[in-house]
This record gives sequence, structure tokens and C-alpha cells, in this order.
Amino acid sequence: MGDVNFFLWLAFVVFTIITLGGAIAVVTTRNLFRGTIWLMVSLFGVAGYYVLLEVPFLAAVQVLVYIGAIAILFTFAVMLTRSLTALTDRYNRPVANIVGAVALFALLMLGVILPVWYGIGQPDTTIINAAVTDTEALGAALVDKDGFVLPFEVVSLLLTAAMIGAIVIAREVEEDEKGKRG
Amino acid sequence: MDCVSLCQVVQNLGVADPSIARFIGLLIGVLLVSGVPLLTVVILIWYERKFAARIQDRIGPNRVGPFGLLQTVADLLKLLGKEDITPASADRILYNAAPILSFGSVVMIWAVIPFMYSANPPGAYVGVDLDIGALYFIAIASLGTLAIMTAGWASNNKYALLGAFRVVALLVSYEIPLVFALVIPVMLAGSMSLVDIIYAQSSMWFIFIAPLAAFMFFLSSQAETGRAPFDLIEAESELVAGFNIEYSGMKFGMFFAAEFLHVFTNGILFAVLFMGGFLGLFHELIPPLGFAWLGLKGALIYLCFLWLRNTLPRLRIDQVMGFNWFFLVPISILNVILTALVLKLMQVAGWAPTDFASATFLEVLPITVVLFAKDVIMIVMIMGRVVLEGREARAAEQQMNEDLLVTAAGD
Amino acid sequence: MIPLWLYLLVSAALFSIGTFGVLARRNGVAVLMSVELMLNAVNINLIAFWRYYTPTEINGFAFAAFVVVIAAAEAAVGLAIIISVYRSRHSVIPEEADMLKG
Repeated sequence: MGDVNFFLWLAFVVFTIITLGGAIAVVTTRNLFRGTIWLMVSLFGVAGYYVLLEVPFLAAVQVLVYIGAIAILFTFAVMLTRSLTALTDRYNRPVANIVGAVALFALLMLGVILPVWYGIGQPDTTIINAAVTDTEALGAALVDKDGFVLPFEVVSLLLTAAMIGAIVIAREVEEDEKGKRG
Repeated sequence: MDCVSLCQVVQNLGVADPSIARFIGLLIGVLLVSGVPLLTVVILIWYERKFAARIQDRIGPNRVGPFGLLQTVADLLKLLGKEDITPASADRILYNAAPILSFGSVVMIWAVIPFMYSANPPGAYVGVDLDIGALYFIAIASLGTLAIMTAGWASNNKYALLGAFRVVALLVSYEIPLVFALVIPVMLAGSMSLVDIIYAQSSMWFIFIAPLAAFMFFLSSQAETGRAPFDLIEAESELVAGFNIEYSGMKFGMFFAAEFLHVFTNGILFAVLFMGGFLGLFHELIPPLGFAWLGLKGALIYLCFLWLRNTLPRLRIDQVMGFNWFFLVPISILNVILTALVLKLMQVAGWAPTDFASATFLEVLPITVVLFAKDVIMIVMIMGRVVLEGREARAAEQQMNEDLLVTAAGD
Repeated sequence: MIPLWLYLLVSAALFSIGTFGVLARRNGVAVLMSVELMLNAVNINLIAFWRYYTPTEINGFAFAAFVVVIAAAEAAVGLAIIISVYRSRHSVIPEEADMLKG
């Protein structure tokens, strides 16, 4: 199936361009609204990787949660703080930070990617074909008492706490506001 | 399964090379899935205008073509001939990308809608039979929200931006009851694939098993499309035209068409999720009849959407949000919990089938009766509460009026 | 199939770009966006390693799902804080929220 492989590679290259290009645009753009759009583009590329890795459920969750909720939240925040979306100086110490980021990348290359590349612990293709990627298995694992039921409950609690916390923090305290602005 | 059945058809027609047959099959599939909705819009707009006219005691379009059928085509030509304006202060790229994204997000939903029965291979004619079809629909629908927000922001107009703000509030909020309503058919069918959901309804439509969820889905999808009584996105009386105020010509036309198509798509999805999709008389014997059944059911729901739109006034933004957060969301959460509990208990007790697709009518009957009764009880209790609260509110108002009268008389 | 190290390369690049954004951007919203990029890089890593080494177990998948949930919580709280700071300080630059500094 040579042609299938070709399309896999093509898709991989396209998603890489989308993801990394979008990410670079996010950290360099002046206009933050465009930044959120670029963020969505980048995260959409990540969803593409999930499809390539045969985890369609996570790809859909990625689009739903990141693009449908988180990125829209970001757009909302950008609109609310609109007067400052285009700051004249975008960066603190850009040169030092670029050097830092490149150094981090080099470190990751050395520590993680090169060992994998040189085949330390070569993956077994027979295992890959016997993979469990169905949503049913994930659902069962999340509520299995030997699985992830405790983290699942903790995460549910975290979400509730985050929701309440976000509302409390962001709510306008009317008396104070009036006093300050008056 | 996806295009396999179409490729099979092409191969049977005499195309020998399997890869060419596959290519032709894919091409036909893509054209069908994206072309059918495009053509439907022309009819939908005419139909909606006629229907609205009848409700408002008018005749509606009746000049161009028989029964005014060609009115939409004339309008389309008019829109195409108009000047294509991009405001000087607009964000050019995003401004032009928004209508495309808006329309694209609706057309993309059609990729997972199963059209008709297919015997070989067993399943259905569908763009792609995704395992996560229901989730895909929700994910794609959120792209439409994004398109409207982008349009509102990129136009660089106060009214458009206000419309965009309302989109964030309204559409994101109403996604919650929509998802919770969607969970129930998924739970009953035990699958997120829309084909599996359809086949799980072969002995009983889910609208009878989960009428409350169906109603929730109906209401929140009406809100998702941004139509009356939830049409605060473009509320003419407050925001002039909302997010699309700066758009003209065919760019406006695309938003317009996307809205109409979105409503019809929601109707079709309702038919798929709750009314058995293409299942009906002779859908196996004559597969195109299944397509007709699907269209008929979708059109029926579409009619209800239009009915709702044309008879109810627009609500205020706080009323709409309150209706969602204090009414729809709690009820839908409670509904999911109760349905899951009852279903699981019945399945453990052996009174409900674990696999709805292969269950007979008699096997499905007990769970249907129980869940239907549960929904009726819930609706009665909710309505009772609403009536009581309404009575209290009216009494308080009357008391206030009387007090005012007394003070006025005292003066 | 695409080799694992390519996924890791993309993930490392994404993580580095995100790190740069977090360290360098002045606008708080942009910093949060960069954090999202980093979390996504982590997720690509998790899923890729899971798919190539232990695909028969659900752990990698479940972890990735948890990361998504935590990213959502983080974004909500982070943006709430930024909006709150913006209200009181009229600034979205994290360095300028220094009322507690002596």
C-alpha cells in the first residue's frame, strides 16, 4: 500500500506545518485576536496528529474542548481587554528567551529524541496492531476501581472548583468598582 | 464502511480497475455529501418564506417562476451582482474567511449523516461512519460559533462586536443542554456512531423512550442556530443586524444560507437521533425510500423549528441566559442521571435489552414505558413548579400595584 | 508508519515554542495561550509514546484525557484572574500586578 503511506506522510507534513506555523504565529503576533485564531489553527493541527495516531476520540475532544471552548474563552478575554491587545513591545528580553527555548529544544533532542531515533527499545509493531483505542475502553478504565476512578473523581472536583473559582474571581464587585471609578 | 458501498456501485457499473473505482466513488461521495445540502438551501429559503408568509397572513414569494419557486435564484443573482465591500478598518483576512468557515462548518456536519440503507456491506450510505459521529457533530458545531465571533470582531463595528459577545454567551451556554440531550441517545444505543444510533431504533424510536431529551435537543438546537425566540445574535431592534452588519453581497448570502442550512441540518440530526433516521416502511427493500423517509422526518422537524420561530417573540438576553442556566441545564443534568440509573437498573434486572439494535418490540416495550413515565413525571413536576412560581410572581406584582395605588391615593 | 521520533521532534519543537512564549510574551493572555501550546506538546508526546510502546494498556490515553481536562480548568481560572487584574489595574501585563511587592 505505497500510496496510503504517501498520504500518511503528506498529512504528517501538512499537520506539522499547521501546528508549528500556528504556534510560532501565536508567540510572535502583535494582534492578539489573530493570535487566538492562530492558536486554534495550531491546536487543529494537533487534532490532526491524533487522527494519524488513530485516536479519533481524542481528536474530536481536542476540537471540541480546545477550539470550541478554550480558544473561544481566549477570544472573549482578548475582547474584554481590548484596549491593550496591541502592546508596543511584545517581549521581555526576547534574545535571551530565544536562546533559552533553543537550548531546551536541544536538550530534548539529546535526552529524548536521539535515544528513540537510535532505537533504544524499538517499538514492537505487533503490539501497535493490537491497540485499544476505542472510547469504550477509556470509559471503562475511567470508572474502574483498579483503573482511574480516583484521578477521575479528583479531576471532576478540580473542574467544579475551577468553575466556581473562575466565577468568584471574575465577578464584578459592584460596590468597590463604583467607589473606585466614581 | 464510508465510501465502500459507493465504490462497490461504481465497480458494478463496469469500472474494472479497483483504484479508479475507489477514486470515482470518493469523488461522487464528496459531491453528493456537499452538493445535496447546497441545493437544499435554495428550496429551504423558498419554503421558509412561504411558511412564514402563511403564518403572518400573507402570500409570500409568488412572482418568479411557478409558486415563486425561482425567487431564491433571483435573490441569489441579485446578491452576486452587488458590490463586494470590505470595510477599510476591517481585518481583511479574517473578515473574508468568516463566511466560508460559517458555511463550511454546517456542510461538514453532513459528512456523518447516514442517508439510506445499504445491504452490501451491511450498514448505511454515509460520508464517513465515524465511531464518534455524535461528538464530531458537537465539535463541528462549535466551529460555527467561532465563525460568527470572527465575523463580529473582524468587521470592526460596535454592533457587530456586541453581536459577537452575545454569541459567546448564548451559543456556548446552549451547547451544554445540547450535549446532555445528545448523551441520552448515545447512552441508549451504546455507541456514538450515528449509523449505530439509527439501527438501535429499529424497534422503537428514541423520541418515545426519551421525549424530554428530544425536547431539550429541539430547544437548544434552535438556540444554536440563533433563531427566534433566541435570535439575540442579530436582534434587529437592538443591534441592527448583529454580527453580519458589515457584510454585503454574497458574503452576507453565505451567512444567510448557512443559517437556513443549519436549521435544516438540525432537523435532520433530530430525525437521526430520535426518530430513526432513514428507518421506515420498505427502507430495506427500496433504499432510496429510506432517503425519502429521512428527508420527510427532517422536514417535519424543520417545520416545527419554523413554527417556533414565527410564533414567539424575541426574548431579552437575561431571560435567554436565565432560561438556559436555571432551567435547561439543571433539568438536562437530572435527566441524564435518572435515565442512566433507570436504564442500568432495568438492564441488570433483565427488563431492558443491552443491545437495542437486535431487540424486538416487546423487549424494548418495558424500558420505553418506564422511561416515558419518568419523563412525564419530570415534565409534570417542572411545569407544576413553573406554574406555582408564575402565580407567586403575579401575586407579588399585583400586591405591588395595589400598594402603589394606595400610596397614589394617599397623595 | 511514521516513526516515533518525528512525533517527538514536533512535540519538542511545540514545547520549546510554548516555553519561549511563556517566558517572553508580556501580555498575560498570550502567556496563557503559550501554556496551552506546551500542554498540547505534552499530549502529543503522551499519545505518541502510548501508541508506539504500550498501546494495549489504556494509561496513556487516560492521561491525555486528564491533561485536556486540566488545561480547560487552567484556562478558565487563568483568564478569570487576568480579567480581574485588568479590572483593578487596567493592565494585562503580569509584571505590573505587583501590589504585594514591598
